[in-house]
Amino acid sequence: MTDAAPVIDRLRPRDEAEVVETVRWAVSDGRTLDVAGTGTKRALGRHIQTDATLDLSALTGVTLYEPAELVLSARAGTPVAEIEALLAASSQMMAFEPMDYGPLLGRPRGEGTLGGLMATNLAGPRRPFAGAARDHALGVRAVSGRGEAFKAGGRVVKNVTGYDLPRGLSGSYGTLAAFTELTIKVLPRPETLETLLIYGLDDATAAKAMSAAVGSYYDVSGAAHVPFALAGRIPALALAGTSVTALRLEGVPPSIRHRREKLEGLLGGFGGLGHLEAEASAALWAALRDVEPFAGDLARAVWRVSTAPMAAAAIGATVVQAGGACFYDWAGGLIWIEMPDADPRAELVRGAVAKAGGQKSGGHATLVRADAAARAALDVFQPLDPVTGALVKRMKDGFDPSRVLSPGRMYAGV
Amino acid sequence: MSQQSAEAHAPGEVGHALVMPEPKRDVLARRAAIIADLRAIVPGEGVIDSTIEMRPYESDGLTAYRQLPLAVVLPSDTAQVSKVLAYCHANGVRVVPRGAGTSLSGGALPLEDAILLGMGKFNRILDIDFDNRTVTAQPGVTNLGITNAVVHEGFYYAPDPSSQIACTIGGNVAENSGGVHCLKYGLTTNNVMGVEMVLITGEVIRLGGQHLDSGGLDLLGLIVGSEGLLGVVTEVTVRILKKPETARAVLVGFPSSEAAGECVAAIIAAGIIPGGMEMMDKLAIEAAEAFVKVGYPLDVEALLIVELDGPEAEVNHLIERVSQIASGLGCMTLRASTSEEERMAFWAGRKAAFPAVGRISPDYYCMDGTIPRKALPRVLAGMIEMSEKYGLACANVFHAGDGNLHPLILYDANKPGELERAEAFGRDILLLCVEVGGVLTGEHGVGVEKRDLMGSMFDETDLAHQQRLKCAFDADGLLNPGKMFPQLHRCAELGRMHISGGKLPFPDIPRF
Repeated sequence: MTDAAPVIDRLRPRDEAEVVETVRWAVSDGRTLDVAGTGTKRALGRHIQTDATLDLSALTGVTLYEPAELVLSARAGTPVAEIEALLAASSQMMAFEPMDYGPLLGRPRGEGTLGGLMATNLAGPRRPFAGAARDHALGVRAVSGRGEAFKAGGRVVKNVTGYDLPRGLSGSYGTLAAFTELTIKVLPRPETLETLLIYGLDDATAAKAMSAAVGSYYDVSGAAHVPFALAGRIPALALAGTSVTALRLEGVPPSIRHRREKLEGLLGGFGGLGHLEAEASAALWAALRDVEPFAGDLARAVWRVSTAPMAAAAIGATVVQAGGACFYDWAGGLIWIEMPDADPRAELVRGAVAKAGGQKSGGHATLVRADAAARAALDVFQPLDPVTGALVKRMKDGFDPSRVLSPGRMYAGV
Repeated sequence: MSQQSAEAHAPGEVGHALVMPEPKRDVLARRAAIIADLRAIVPGEGVIDSTIEMRPYESDGLTAYRQLPLAVVLPSDTAQVSKVLAYCHANGVRVVPRGAGTSLSGGALPLEDAILLGMGKFNRILDIDFDNRTVTAQPGVTNLGITNAVVHEGFYYAPDPSSQIACTIGGNVAENSGGVHCLKYGLTTNNVMGVEMVLITGEVIRLGGQHLDSGGLDLLGLIVGSEGLLGVVTEVTVRILKKPETARAVLVGFPSSEAAGECVAAIIAAGIIPGGMEMMDKLAIEAAEAFVKVGYPLDVEALLIVELDGPEAEVNHLIERVSQIASGLGCMTLRASTSEEERMAFWAGRKAAFPAVGRISPDYYCMDGTIPRKALPRVLAGMIEMSEKYGLACANVFHAGDGNLHPLILYDANKPGELERAEAFGRDILLLCVEVGGVLTGEHGVGVEKRDLMGSMFDETDLAHQQRLKCAFDADGLLNPGKMFPQLHRCAELGRMHISGGKLPFPDIPRF
C-alpha cells in the first residue's frame, strides 16, 4: 500500500511564525497544503493531491511537563515515542493509550507525532474507561487556513473558558488548522496488570460477558473479544484453539487479585477461564490496540466501526458472512473489520452498522485501509446528513475559507 | 454569583456597568404580533407574556442581574422547538435558552428583546440501557434525576455539580459542568455520548448516540460547554457507571495551606487519583463546623478531604498509603473513615460550606477560577492582600485535585458600595488566576459574569477564531447574545481575509 507521492514540494517550517508564513504564502498564491507531521498516517482519510506538504516535523520538543500537575505540553512535531518515554520515567502515561497505526498501514512502529495523534483522535483499549485523545486535550496552539496563529483552552484540567476548540480540533485531520503546540492531561501509570480470559464464546455471548464485566464493581480497563478465526494471529492467544474473550485488570496487586477472584465468580458460567500475567498481558493489549491481526496482508481493506456494544455481534455476523473477519474491542463498541480482498464493500459494511444500531445507537464506519483509488472514490468517513454536512462546510469557511489546509481529506469540498 | 438575597437593583433592569446588546427596537415594537405568532406554535400556557408571570424568570443563579424577557416560551417537544427557532430566525428575534436557571455566571440571563426559551417541560427519561450503559434523557431532566433512574441497579451518572438536585442535564451540556469527582471521572464532556439539537434555522441534527467518538469532526465536543450560543439541545445520551463498591475518606488537618497543597501534590505524584480531593481554609472550616457540627478540627489552617473509591481491597490499600503520605508531611490531625456514616459526616461540612458561609455573612459571591496547583500559595497570599484592600473577608473551598478554586467573598448588599467592591475583588482574583497560568472559569461558565475578562486570556485573533465557530452555527447572532464574548463581531467582517497578495517565498524556510 504505497500512495503515489502527491507532493511537488515540501515545506518544513521551524517555528510557529514560519508556519504562519507558509500558510499565508499558500493563501496568496492559491496553493494547497497537505498538513503532516512525519506522514505516518498519510494513508488515512480521503486520497487528496495538494501542491505542497506542510511538514510540521521540525516543531519538536516538550515545552512543559509537570508530573504533579498531570500536564504536558509539546510542540506538534514531537515524536509520541519521546513523550511516552518521558512519561514512563515518572510512572505516568497518556491514559487514552494511543494506538500506533504503523503495523496496519505497513510502516514501522513508533514514528508518529503528538500533532498527528491529536489530529486523528487516537485511542486504545482503555477508551471506554479513560477516553480518547480528545478527552485529554487541554490546550492548543494552531495556525488556521487564514494564516493566523491562535490558541484555545489552557494548561489546567478543569476549564470551561470559551468554546472547547481543543476538543473540536481533535480528529479534524488538519483540515481546519495546523497544530503547532498541544497541551494534554497525563495520568499515573498502573503498577501492574493481568488479563482474565474466557474461552469459546460466540460473538453475541461474548458481548454479554463483557457487558457483565464492565458493568460490575471490578474496574475492568480493557474488554475485547477475538473470534477463533483470528485468535491464531495473536501470539498470546495462538494456543487457545478457540475464541478468546479478554478482560484487563490494572492497578495495585492486592486490588487486581481481589477483582480477578470476584470476576471469576461472576463470569465462570460463561465458559472456561484462563489468565495472563503482566508481560503476556501487555503484549496482548498492544497487539489488539495496534490491530496486529490485520497487519499480515496489506492489500485487504480494513474498516473501523464504532457502535453500541450490544449491536456489534450482528454487524460482525454480516461481515463474516461476506467472507471478512473481525474482532471486537471496547466491550464490543469498536469493531475492527478486515475484508477478504481490496474491495471495501462500503454499502455492505455501512448498511450493517445502520441496521444494527438504528437511530438510537447511531454508529459510524471509517475506511482505514484501502488503496488510493478507493479512498478517492468512496466516503472514507461516515457520510454526513445534509444539514450537518452544510454545517461542517460553514466551519471550514470560517477556519480555512481558501481551502488551503488538506482540502478534501475528510469530506469533498471541506 | 450566588448572592443569597441581593436585591441591590430595581427589578426589570440589568445591574451595574454590564453592557448588554442594544435591544432591537423593531422587535420591541412588534412584540404583540410576535407573541401571537409564538402562541400559534406553542398553544395554551406555553407562552407567557405578563410581567407578573415572567418575574420568576428575570434572573438565573447570578441574581445581581435581572431583566424581563420579551416573552417566556415553554415548548413541549422537538417539533415546537424547531418551529419556534425557525420563526425567530426568519423574524430576527433573539433567543435565550434556559434549563433550570441555576447558572452562576448569568448564562441564562434574559434580554429585553429576546424570548426566554425554557426547556422545563422536557423532563422525561427516554431510555435506560444497562447492557450498553447509557441513559437517554430530555434536557430538562435534573442531573440527579439521571442517577435516581438507574441507582436501583447500582449505576450512577458521574458528574455531580453541587446544584445537582436542581440543575438540568441540558444545562450541564451547555456549561460542561463538573463537580467534586471530575479529576477521576471527567467533566460533562467526557460523559456525554450524544445529543439531538435544533439549530437556529429550525433544522434538527443528531450527533453521536450510544457509540464512542465522532465518525468525523467532533461537533459534539464543540457543543458541550458552548453556553447556549450554538443551538438548543432537545435530547441527551450519557454514559452511566457502576457505583464504586466502596468509598472511604481521610480527613487531614494541616498547619498551613502550603502543607495541604504539598500533600495533594505528593498523593498524585505517588500515582494515586482519588475520587475526590477537597481543601477548605480556616474560615470555611469554622463556618462549616459551626453549621453542621461534624467534628472538623478547629485548630488547623487547612483541611483536606481525600476520598478513595473502587474495589474494597484497593480502597483499603490506598487509604493506608494516603495516610502515610499525610503523616510524613506534618499533618496535625488525621482520621480515616471506618463507616459510611463517618464518611458522610466528613463530606457534610464540605457540602454545606456555601450555606454555612451564608450564615456568617448577609451575602456572598462565589468565584470559580482554576490554577496550576503549585501556584496555590501565591494565589492564597494574593487573596489575603486583596481581602485587606477591599475590606471584605474571603473563605476558600478548593477542588484541590484539579486546581479549581471557589473563593467565597463575604459582603452585605445593603451596605452601599459593598457589592461593587465584592465584584472588583472577584475580578482581581480571576485575573490573578490567569496570571499564574490558570483560567477564568473551571466549571461555572463565562456567561455575562466573566465575559469582559476574556481578553485577559485570549487575544483578538483567538476570540475571532472562537466566533467563527459561532458564525457557522448562528450567523445572525440570535442565540444567547451578550454571553461569553466581550464583543460579537459581525460574521461578514470575521469572514474577510486580511492577507495582502504577493509572493513572499520565505527564503529561510527549509524546503525539499
